[in-house]
Amino acid sequence: MRVVFADYGAGNLGSVASALSRAGADTSITVDPAEVREAPLAIIAGVGHVESAARGLERNGLDKAIHDRVTAGRPVLGICVGMQLLFGASEEGGSGMEIFGGPVRRVRAERVPHMGWNTLELTRPAELVDGLEGEDVYFAHSYAVEPTDDGVVVAVADHGGRIVAAVQQGAVAGVQFHPERSARAGARVLENVLAWSRSA
Amino acid sequence: MVKKRVIPCLDVAGGRVVKGVNFVDLREMGEPIELATRYSELGADELVFLDITATLEGRGPILELIGRASAELTIPFTVGGGVTGLDDARSLLRAGADKVAVNRAAFDDPSILTALADEFGSQAVVCAIDARAGEVVTHAGKTPRGRDAVDWAVEAVERGAGELLVTSIDADGTREGYDLPLTRAVSAAVKVPVIASGGAGEALHLAEAYAVGAEAAIIASIVHERPERLPELKIELKEMGWNVRI
Repeated sequence: MRVVFADYGAGNLGSVASALSRAGADTSITVDPAEVREAPLAIIAGVGHVESAARGLERNGLDKAIHDRVTAGRPVLGICVGMQLLFGASEEGGSGMEIFGGPVRRVRAERVPHMGWNTLELTRPAELVDGLEGEDVYFAHSYAVEPTDDGVVVAVADHGGRIVAAVQQGAVAGVQFHPERSARAGARVLENVLAWSRSA
Repeated sequence: MVKKRVIPCLDVAGGRVVKGVNFVDLREMGEPIELATRYSELGADELVFLDITATLEGRGPILELIGRASAELTIPFTVGGGVTGLDDARSLLRAGADKVAVNRAAFDDPSILTALADEFGSQAVVCAIDARAGEVVTHAGKTPRGRDAVDWAVEAVERGAGELLVTSIDADGTREGYDLPLTRAVSAAVKVPVIASGGAGEALHLAEAYAVGAEAAIIASIVHERPERLPELKIELKEMGWNVRI
């Protein structure tokens, strides 16, 4: 299956692309809005801030391409900052694409960033997180989404309170953790993503 | 709850993993990607590569290694050692490192930490601090800087570091346990995760570091000699009641 990464200029996407190739995908990284609009699965991944990432997407019209995909019901996955970009205003500055309602707020915990392996707790059955109840995945973030509609949440973790770890509604999904750096559990997530996007 | 981490550290020189005692008497331990993959399979929570000859050889060799590590590893890894400035750090992150550890360059110019945090997020910025008797020492243990390590740790976090890698040169390679007063003082003074480094000999040492506030602990010689020691350590920590990933 062909998977494109919407390149907003925030550095290395090689690790996620490699992990998806291992899961059987044919990956490419692109700034071309037509490719981002049409591919069977589009992924927004990378590091940095919501503000600069949003600007990076806008620069090449990739934000519009992603909105078009969502309208057409074609699958989109956001990873880490990419997931935050699916939401609204961030306390870190800037705003995402507001595909989901709700802000991005600073993690309130004894130690921030939320850094390391934490256990997933599934809040409702969803293909994206199938088989992942109680599995450990790797988080590395200081900000987290707070969805207006709790119904989009499919997995949470606990770090000084509830951290939304994964969301999914229709053909749009996001994970706050790093599947490409989460060993076997992460590989399972990416296999789920490919299966989900084939059926979405 | 986020789990306490066990992190093998690979000191890389001339494309090989080496290990010394108190930062000297280096011995060769193996091929970096081979060892890294082995540790990943055996349950390492993440890895640190320290390019200890970076300044002598230029950055080329380690960039090639990072590219391979990024494609092959399924756990996070930090790269550090001889990062001379912003461009260096940026090229390591662009090549695929999940985090970059900056030591002397950050001490000389702390604004580097801010610039990196602004571009990549503070979760990608590790400030590495080497200390001897509580004093910051740079240049692989050769240059005492006359500043209290805890004081520098606090500033490094204010400037943008999202994690601190605190190495006791006194304890390094001794296998007699981490520098607990140092680990305790730094952990209490900052709100970011602290990685204790230097002195691991047995599971009890890691437990002691966690007990004084470290979120993670570095191991090196004990696993380079026998990688199978890694899962044993984690089971022992679990049996002691620590929340580690098995």
